[in-house]
Amino acid sequence: MYSVHTCTLTDQEPRTLPTTTSPRGLGRRILRSNLLEALAYPHGVDRYVELVRPLLVKGEVRAEVTAARRQTAKSVTLTLRPNENWRGLRAGQFVGLSVEIDGVRETRPYSPAGSEHEDTLELTVSTHPEGKVSRYLRDHARPGMLVGLTGPEGEFVLPEEPPERVLLISGGSGVTPVMAMLRTLVAEGYAGEIGFLNYARSPELALYGAELDRLAGARGSLRVARGFTRARRHSLTGRFCREHLRAVISEHADAATFVCGPPALIDAVGAVWAQDGLPGPAVETFTPPPMRFDTGGAEGTVSFAASGREAANSGLPLLEQAEDAGLTPDHGCRMGICNTCTCRKRAGTVRNVITGEVSSAGDEQIRICVSVALGDVALDL
Amino acid sequence: MSTSAPSLTPEQLEAFGQELDAIRASVVADLGERDAEYINTVIRAQRALEVAGRGLLFVGFLPPAWIGGVAALSLSKILDNMEIGHNVMHGQYDFMKDPRLDGKTFEWDTACPAEQWRHSHNYMHHTHTNVVGKDRDIGYGILRMSEDEPWRPYYLGNPLYATLLAVLFQYGVAVHDLETERIAAGELTLSDKRGMLEDIWRKVRGQTLKDYVLFPLLSGPSFPFVLAGNATANLTRNLWAFTIIFCGHFPEGTHEFTEEEAANETRGEWYYRQLLGSANLTGGKLFHILAGNLSFQIEHHLFPDLPAHRYAEISEQINELRKRYGIPYNTGPLTKQFGSVVRKIVKLALPPLPGRGGGSGAEEPASAPETQPKELPTAA
Repeated sequence: MYSVHTCTLTDQEPRTLPTTTSPRGLGRRILRSNLLEALAYPHGVDRYVELVRPLLVKGEVRAEVTAARRQTAKSVTLTLRPNENWRGLRAGQFVGLSVEIDGVRETRPYSPAGSEHEDTLELTVSTHPEGKVSRYLRDHARPGMLVGLTGPEGEFVLPEEPPERVLLISGGSGVTPVMAMLRTLVAEGYAGEIGFLNYARSPELALYGAELDRLAGARGSLRVARGFTRARRHSLTGRFCREHLRAVISEHADAATFVCGPPALIDAVGAVWAQDGLPGPAVETFTPPPMRFDTGGAEGTVSFAASGREAANSGLPLLEQAEDAGLTPDHGCRMGICNTCTCRKRAGTVRNVITGEVSSAGDEQIRICVSVALGDVALDL
Repeated sequence: MSTSAPSLTPEQLEAFGQELDAIRASVVADLGERDAEYINTVIRAQRALEVAGRGLLFVGFLPPAWIGGVAALSLSKILDNMEIGHNVMHGQYDFMKDPRLDGKTFEWDTACPAEQWRHSHNYMHHTHTNVVGKDRDIGYGILRMSEDEPWRPYYLGNPLYATLLAVLFQYGVAVHDLETERIAAGELTLSDKRGMLEDIWRKVRGQTLKDYVLFPLLSGPSFPFVLAGNATANLTRNLWAFTIIFCGHFPEGTHEFTEEEAANETRGEWYYRQLLGSANLTGGKLFHILAGNLSFQIEHHLFPDLPAHRYAEISEQINELRKRYGIPYNTGPLTKQFGSVVRKIVKLALPPLPGRGGGSGAEEPASAPETQPKELPTAA
């Protein structure tokens, strides 16, 4: 997931800290004692405990899949029960989900779709033809399966103070974070006006359609309109346009607006807001905007200080340059999201190819998958 | 066994290197579930042996329990250090992207801090294998293990030093990266190594607290049995690790190299040096696992970051390849190889025989091929 614009909301602290009262409080205190840690030196207690009870580890968030249902042919909806290390999240944020596929731990970001007040997490994973993790989950997820969780992360969240009206717009699998917002508002008994524009390719591929229709029927203050871009018309016709707004919201100018979907939808909404002279809505897209970098004008040397290697700067993202130099840095998404590839830059100027932000601060942590070198750069690799 | 090294032309060495690269690439392409399952199984076995061993030692006043406890804990420490620790720290399982098995952060159940091991072993020893003066595994700074090392009266104690090193091996390894011989020679001072000493102290303290204070105290009346049992398990692991590791590079027939020979090597020449400088051990599957598959020292030195259980599988390919190039392959059972190491330790305690070249040793040192290939000497 990738936040194109930073939402102006600041406080990302979870509002709820689920407190799990443990029936085995004493046992847990023993497991977490310094004495046991000294006895398990240097591996640590978790490395023993996990062989018997994987969810009982204290150092990692892990979760058990308690349900797996297939809403559509191209998705799987998982219910996860995290262990007691989970500290909750805010609706709209995303988590890193780790599964082991053919011996390799793969991590991908997903936005939970459930209310932030639930103890469980609901992830709806849409499959992509090339998606290793999404296809694996569709084919193999079943109750009892264990997964790893990291995060939450993201600033695509509802404002702390309830706004007068909320407008949610989603396309395709982008429904999940705004669904989390809707469910959270419903759970909180939000009294203001909510509009929800939901786009999908076809009725067969629409996620949460029935629930949206049901919620709209039950609450006068919630208006939902759904449209299909590649099928007969529903309550909306065609792709997003200004007219669609009138179907769900009395006034969009002062609505706290959240858009999540493909870049075309984000751009279309942004264009209407720009025409009206409004600041852009909070947006999120699961497909990163294209990386903009130029290999022609590259100059300088990229040095990998820890391994003593260096290479002429090719202009490619630094992760690719490290790999070309024979190194194997940790990495995940390769699109600046998951933070796995973050490494220390010792010196030099880099540009983030997604935001265009140039950073010349010498010693700093950078995401090498989306950073290119402007001249000489030294990395701690 | 004849171990004369052949003269290979630069073109042959280039082709030799490419064939080895291809073997490596085919294994890398196949890494996956099987390798993950293997290391996880070994880890489960190690943890189970450790828990069983420590549990049995709690009732160590019963002789069978004490013996069983020591055996289980010894096996646990051997697996932990060799098939798990040594191999994981080489990055053999980094492909799993599992932070618990990350070669850069893994710690092991022995006195040596993992961070220092990664430098002294992964980098110094594996890069400069058998290069006299650079590879500090040749004699660990205290033994004379090469004829290239000039004899001094100090080396009369070679067998004694080797015995002490074997008994205290985990501590020998722990101080390996300190370069104590350079401190003794006045080239370095202890304050140069302050940070390193602090790390060693922290690690040794943790290990000592666990094995010699906490577990004995917790066992109450079994205190002396647990203390003696843990000490015996550590000793067993020390002797075993010393034996396997010394069989890796010191049996008769392994070659040593000078810094000049190893300078500006091509990839093919580097492979060639690794092959000539290492020696294998023959044995059954369990033996190889307990040896951390360092019984396939040759394969390990060619491909230090491939999962070690793969070495047995590729050893036939390596053997076929080296035969085509006429390169010797030093292998034999543990008794033969270790016997040969012991003979070398004793022989090199004594000054070179008169009339056969002073400090440079009785035999010419073996050397890596140069641009002008030359016949390498035979060591029987």
